Formats: sequence, structure tokens, C-alpha cells
Amino acid sequence: MKPSKGVQQLPLSRRSFLVGSVGASLVMAFGNLACASRPNAADDLANKRFSPATWFEIDGEGNVSINVARAEMGQHVGTAWARIVADELGADWDKVSIIHVDTDPKWGYMVTGGSWSVNKSFFELSRAGAAGRTALQEAGAQLLGKPAGECQVENGRVSCGSKSIGFAEIVRRGNLDRVFSADELAALPAKPASQYKMMGREAQALDIPAKTDGTAVFGIDVELPGMVFARPVIPPTRYGSEILSIDETDAAKTPGYLGYERLNDPSNTLQGWLAVIADTYPAAIKSADALIVNYQAGPTAKVSEADIQREGERLVEDKNEGYLFVDHGDMEKATAEADTTLEATYRTASNLHFQLEPVNALAELSDGVWHIHTGSQWQSLTMPLLALALEVPETDIIIHQYYLGGGFGRRLAGDYIIPAALTSKALGRPVKMVFTREDDTRFDCIRSPSVQHFSAAIDGGKLLGIEHAATAGWPTKAMAPGFLFESLDKKGKIDPFSSSGADHWYSLKNHRVRMITNELAQSTFLPGWLRAVGAGWIGWGVEGFFDEVAVALNEDPLDLRIRLLDGADHQAGVSPVSVGGATRLAGVLKKLKKQGNWGQTLPEGEGLGVAACTGQERTMPTWVGCIAHVKVDQDSGKIRVKKLSVQVDCGTQVHPDGALAQVESSVLWGLSLALFEGTEIADGQVADRNLDTYSPLRMADVPELDIQFVQSNEMPVGLGEPGLIVVGPAIANAVYAATGVRLRDLPMKPEDVITQRGSRVS
Amino acid sequence: MLKFNLNGKPISVDSPADTPLLWVIRDEIGLKGTKFGCGIAMCGACTVHLNGNPVRSCSMPLSAAEGADVRTIEGLDKHPLQQAWVDEQVPQCGYCQSGQIMQAATLLAENANPSDSEIETHMNGNLCRCMSYIRIKRAIKKAAASAPGTVAIYEPDSARSTGV
Repeated sequence: MKPSKGVQQLPLSRRSFLVGSVGASLVMAFGNLACASRPNAADDLANKRFSPATWFEIDGEGNVSINVARAEMGQHVGTAWARIVADELGADWDKVSIIHVDTDPKWGYMVTGGSWSVNKSFFELSRAGAAGRTALQEAGAQLLGKPAGECQVENGRVSCGSKSIGFAEIVRRGNLDRVFSADELAALPAKPASQYKMMGREAQALDIPAKTDGTAVFGIDVELPGMVFARPVIPPTRYGSEILSIDETDAAKTPGYLGYERLNDPSNTLQGWLAVIADTYPAAIKSADALIVNYQAGPTAKVSEADIQREGERLVEDKNEGYLFVDHGDMEKATAEADTTLEATYRTASNLHFQLEPVNALAELSDGVWHIHTGSQWQSLTMPLLALALEVPETDIIIHQYYLGGGFGRRLAGDYIIPAALTSKALGRPVKMVFTREDDTRFDCIRSPSVQHFSAAIDGGKLLGIEHAATAGWPTKAMAPGFLFESLDKKGKIDPFSSSGADHWYSLKNHRVRMITNELAQSTFLPGWLRAVGAGWIGWGVEGFFDEVAVALNEDPLDLRIRLLDGADHQAGVSPVSVGGATRLAGVLKKLKKQGNWGQTLPEGEGLGVAACTGQERTMPTWVGCIAHVKVDQDSGKIRVKKLSVQVDCGTQVHPDGALAQVESSVLWGLSLALFEGTEIADGQVADRNLDTYSPLRMADVPELDIQFVQSNEMPVGLGEPGLIVVGPAIANAVYAATGVRLRDLPMKPEDVITQRGSRVS
Repeated sequence: MLKFNLNGKPISVDSPADTPLLWVIRDEIGLKGTKFGCGIAMCGACTVHLNGNPVRSCSMPLSAAEGADVRTIEGLDKHPLQQAWVDEQVPQCGYCQSGQIMQAATLLAENANPSDSEIETHMNGNLCRCMSYIRIKRAIKKAAASAPGTVAIYEPDSARSTGV
């Protein structure tokens, strides 16, 4: 493809940018629309008439503090954000630090998910840095007595010939007061990639040192004077359970037991909940175990995984169910014309988040304001829910952010904060509520089980089109319905995050996709956003089925993908984010073909499989391909992954080592989901609740990894999730190459290999 | 009153004898670097040293620590592994990493030059949900290569006060 001119052109929101001296510091912020025309930046800043999503300060020592309104959960987001700002600003990296901010409305909308953080904020951050640089350049030039145009800004200094002045001195001596209008901001010269000093270059992540000596503070580490400990008692069903009786005779014998509270939740998030209170947490664990509670369980108390999957199979087979998501060409006609129809059903099992820090929160009402101390991925979704539960306005709540002991989408749902807040409200004192691991998994918003049906119309050895239907529980429908969008047939609304990947970049003459909510799943548990969300389970089916199509067409599966990734028509991409379109994924697969030594001769029982993806949404595609090399044990059916070769085009890598770490992590998550995890709903709840029966990937299970990036100056896209999507289907396709067995259920199990091999032979 | 040494300093606590050591360390003494993960000794986030051996403090009663030398991440005091963890940029969310480092330290104390499979065997009980395993292994090898004197830190006599 022809490279674009880079990432310079994108409309910014119509906000001004303010640079001004406040006290002893220089403050830089995006202005309110309301005060955009005001001439006095310093006055606006001092009086906090700004509503920035991003701002930073430079103090009289030249230290640059960058405020980060995103959760740090292992992706080193603060480092990536700071590198973007500092590069444009011309700062000295050694003087840059980051602050994770609370929920003051001035920070704007707060969510950390969807692999969005770098992509969605890239322009705002770089323009903020460029504006700061311009203001410092002008002020520095004035102090040096030189024209600004002759000065350079680099490494925390403004230089002109042999004379230079540091940011610290400019801040101390200069009286900066500068407003950039939205137009001026948009016209600021952003650095071309060739002049990047930090982006694309190595740097140590700012959050790492504190995570090697025990000083990093996670939500679970926070304490307040006068607090008591609490543990929730979780009812037998997510919805509709009622407490019939409580016997605390044995619980009361535990030293430290202080009592229990029945939680009345006006937000209706918690139904039939209790909190056990004690003066230590181990006492809370012990006494909650001893508390005898009788329930009238809710209506889903007997629902099983098989019930949900049976309902899923019914839904995908009934063409009247669901809403039209993709409708390209004329699928009816293609089906009628076909001489062959290839059909397959793909399933994925329930999956736990199992983030290692169990969910927890510390709540305190102080001077009429609720202070919540926790780790949250989606404060802006949680605040209204908390306001409803506590029956106070949102303005009376502040969520204080800490490091997250894993997010993976679990902490997008803020439900775990509510029992802490309600217990604190009932007791009138600070309450620290910690879920035990079993409490955490029982209350997890799991990745829903899913069912997909595919039907390919083939005529004369040519692919005419594919019909696809997918169903699962939809997290966005349950928790953030404002994000749903109207279907093509106007029959209803679709969850975008549960549909991504079905609208893929392969050119098909005829392509139709129906998306369906599985209401039995929806009513049994709260479906959650789990790393890669819908693209994670949809990719399992799409990429497995493409392999089946390749076999039916007698075409190499990798070459088939490249052939269909032609970038024609609606697959052409849109500048700047998806510039190049499908041809970028074709480029990735061409490189991958060499990288993974596609076509190599392998011993009996070994095979190679390929898969591709563009996680997450079409509006922000990260182009990823994977070749898995597997060995299947002939007797046991056990699948061993020998090597995963991964090729990634994510545009500009803002923080390359952080980018690599995200891909390592997401690829191994993909492997863990494919072979090591998976649970089931039994009697209305998850069957696996701890590591005695749930077994995520361990160190000894890690295969050889070869991860490579396409060098690119295009717009940076997301990296937290996409690597996960390709691994499962690449392994399944490799198992087919090795054994002729087609696996369509995730996780893949040795017994499925044996059973299917048996039925294939007989 | 129950006594033990924590990071080289004598400690006495009056928690019930069956209290898991983890909660004594975290909530009674206030050292928060040791983490609660699974509560059944299967994730390793709560790993501390008991007389130089790695133990899962979430499942070990306080009574078992009586008279013992207990060391936590806060008492590791600039162990070569900690620098290797920074050099190799190991942590992601970081929640398991105190336990990982404490577990790895007991490997290097007994085996200055562990092989890949020895590292895997020793570390397999420590779950990293962010899957930073490749980097953990690399950092252990780096620390092993750079610090032949690693063993000395674990001699009880050389245990240093770390300001508990």
C-alpha cells in the first residue's frame, strides 16, 4: 500500500488550550467551550475554569507532572501518555512524572478499556504538548532576547545559538499567559515521526520500580482511621434471591465478629445480599463462613451451561431471531445458486476474569462527601450507579484511583463498590470490603458462553458468500445500553463490543450477519467485558470457519485470506486510523508467512495453523496474524503448542517495549483461554471458584514466542486485546493440519480430539 | 503474645494463633507489599520467607511463625532480582510480583545458576495473570548471571534491619 502522510490530519474538538502561570507553576489545560474566547489564560486557570481531559504542570524546578485520567492495570498507560506529551513538549524525560487522578468532573469522561487509551487520546495529548512547547519557546526566546523562530526546544531547554534557558527558569521568571484557540491548536506544527525523540524509542515504564519493592499501592492496600472490615455473603443467584432467615449463633463465636448488615440496594444491583463486619479481615472471613443464611433462590437457580448453550443453538438456527448487523450483496440469491453449502457451529464456554487482586473497595462519608478508594476501569459508568445506590447526587461522590491488580475488563463494572458503600452507610463509619477469591469468582461478570453458526455458499469451487449468526450474553446491554446501536433491519439494538469481528475485513461478495442476545445467559449472570470481548469469541468462529472454507475450496488457508484481503470498496479503510484497510492485514500475513515458515515439512502429529484479526472495532483496527505450531499426542489427544509466531501492525508504537509486553500478555491470554481455562454455569453460578479447579496458564506452559511488529508511522491503535483473538483459532487450525480433527469448542480439550478422531475413522 | 522476627526485627503480636500470617503482616504490622490472591496457597502472591524457605502466608497460621525469621518483600533490601525486574521491565499490573520475587529469591539462594527447567519447576506455583512469565524467567537468569553473591543475603546472621 501507499503510505499516507502520517498522522497529522484529524479534526480536534473545538476547545481552546490555556497556558498560564498559577502560583509558582506553569499550568497547561484544555479550556471550556464557555471560556474559549476569554483572553486571560492565567485567570481562567487560577479559577479552574477549564475542563481538561489532559493537563500538565511544570514547577519552578522544571519538573513536569502529567495527569493521567486512565487506569493503570499493567499496560503502562501513564508512560505511553507521558511519552506523547513529553515528546511534543520537548521535555527532559528524567523530570517527567505522572499522577493518576480522581473523579473530579474536570477530567472528562473516565473509562479504560477497548484498547482505546493511546489511540483515542493521541491527538489531544500531542497537541497539548505542542502548545506547551510553543508557549515555552516564545517565553524562553523573550527571556533570551532572541526571536522565537530562531529557538529550538529540546530536552527541557529553549536554545538559540549558544544561549539557552531551562524550563525551570522560564517558569520562575516568565509570566506566561497564552490562549490557543481551537483553530490555532489545530494549526500547530506536530512533529514529523522522523523528529520523535521519545515515541518509538525505548524507555522504562514509570510504574515498574514501585512494583518490585512492595511500595505500589493497590486498592486493597488502602486504610483509613476508624475503618472496619467487611466480607460480602453472596446469594445463590445473581438476581432475585431473597433472604429467609439468618442464624449468627456460630458466627458470633468468632473473636472479632461485629455483626452483619442486610444490604438494601436502591440501584437493584445487589439482590439478597449481606455483609459480615469484623475488626479484622480474617475474622470477617471466618465469621461469614459460620453464618447460616437461608434463601429463597432466584429463578435461575437450576440453570446450567448446557441449558444456555442449547438456547444459543436454538437462537442461531432460528432465522427470525436477532438483528441484522452485516448485509452485503444478496445472500438469499447466493444460497439459492450454490451447489454446495458448508455449515458449522462454533461454541465458547463461560470464562472467568480471575484478575489476581480480588475486587474490593473502601468507602467513607466525610463532610457530606462519599470517598471511595478502589481501582476502577470505568469511573464514569460507576458514578451514576453509586449515586443511585447511595441516594445522593454524583457531585457528592469521589472515586480515588489506585493501581489495579489486574483489570482485563472486570473492573469496568463498578458493582463491587456498592456493597462497601452500602455497608458504610448502614454503619456510619468507614468500611473496607474485600471479596475472598471465591466471593470474587461467584460475583464475576464472566465472559458469556457463546454459540455461532456459519453457512458458506460455494458454487463450482468458488466461494459465493457466508451467512453468520452469533449469540451470547451482552455486557453492554446489561450495563451501558447507551452504547448500543440500531440494527440494519431496525428490529432492535446491537451491542457493538459483542459484535466486533463479525464485520471483518475479508471481501465477500455476499455476507450476512445476525447478532442475537441470549436472554437465558443475560438473566442468569451479569455478562462482562472480558479482554477482547466479542472479538474474542467471534474470532474463534470466523477464523476457524475460514479454514474450513479453504479446505472446501482446496486452497491454502493463508493464501485464501490474503486473496480476500484486497482492500476493495468498503474494505479500503479510512484515514488516519484504518488507513490502508484490508491491505494492511494482507501485508501482515505476507510477512507472517515467511516469519512462521509456512509450508515447512513437519513430523507426524504436528501441524501449522494460521489466523488473523483486526481487534477491536472496525473504527480502530490493529492488524494481527498468528501461526501456531502444535504437536498433538496420538494417544491422549493432548495439544502442545510448540511455537506461536505473531506479526502485528499497530501503526506508531508510542512505547515499544510496552507494546511488546501487551502483545506477549494478550497472546498468552489467548493461549490460556484456548487450552487452560473455561468454566461452566452449574446451578445458576460458575462451577470453578478458585485455583484448585481453575487452571490459567503457568510458566511451564509458555511456548516459544516470536512476536514482530510492522514498522509504521501511521496512527497508533490499540494493543491490550487484539493479540488474544488470533491464538485460539490458529491452534485449532494447526490441530486440523496435524490430525484432520476440526475443533469447534473453546476451550479445546484432549477428549474432543480423541472423540472426533474416533468418529472420523469410523 | 506471639513472637517472631520480621525482616530482622523482633515482633510480637496478639492476634489469634490461627490467624493466617498474611493478615498479620498486612493489617497488624502494616506491610502491604505481600498480597492476597487466592487464599488457598495456589497463586503465590502472598509468598514470604520463613527461615529462608518460601511459604504461602495466606494459608500459614501465625503460630507456625513463632520464633522464626520471616522476611517480606520490604525486607529484601535491594536484591539483585529487584534490579533485574526493572531492567527486564517485568511487572505489568504488578500484583503478583512481590510473591514472584520472593519465590525466585529462594531459588537463587540455593542454585546460583538455574536452568530453564529448574526455573519453571521452582516458579510454576506462582500465577501471573498478566502472563509476564517470559520476562520473569529472563530476569531470574539475568540476576543469576550478575550476582554470584546472591546467596549471602539469605544467611540469617546477615539479616539486616529494614525499619519495620
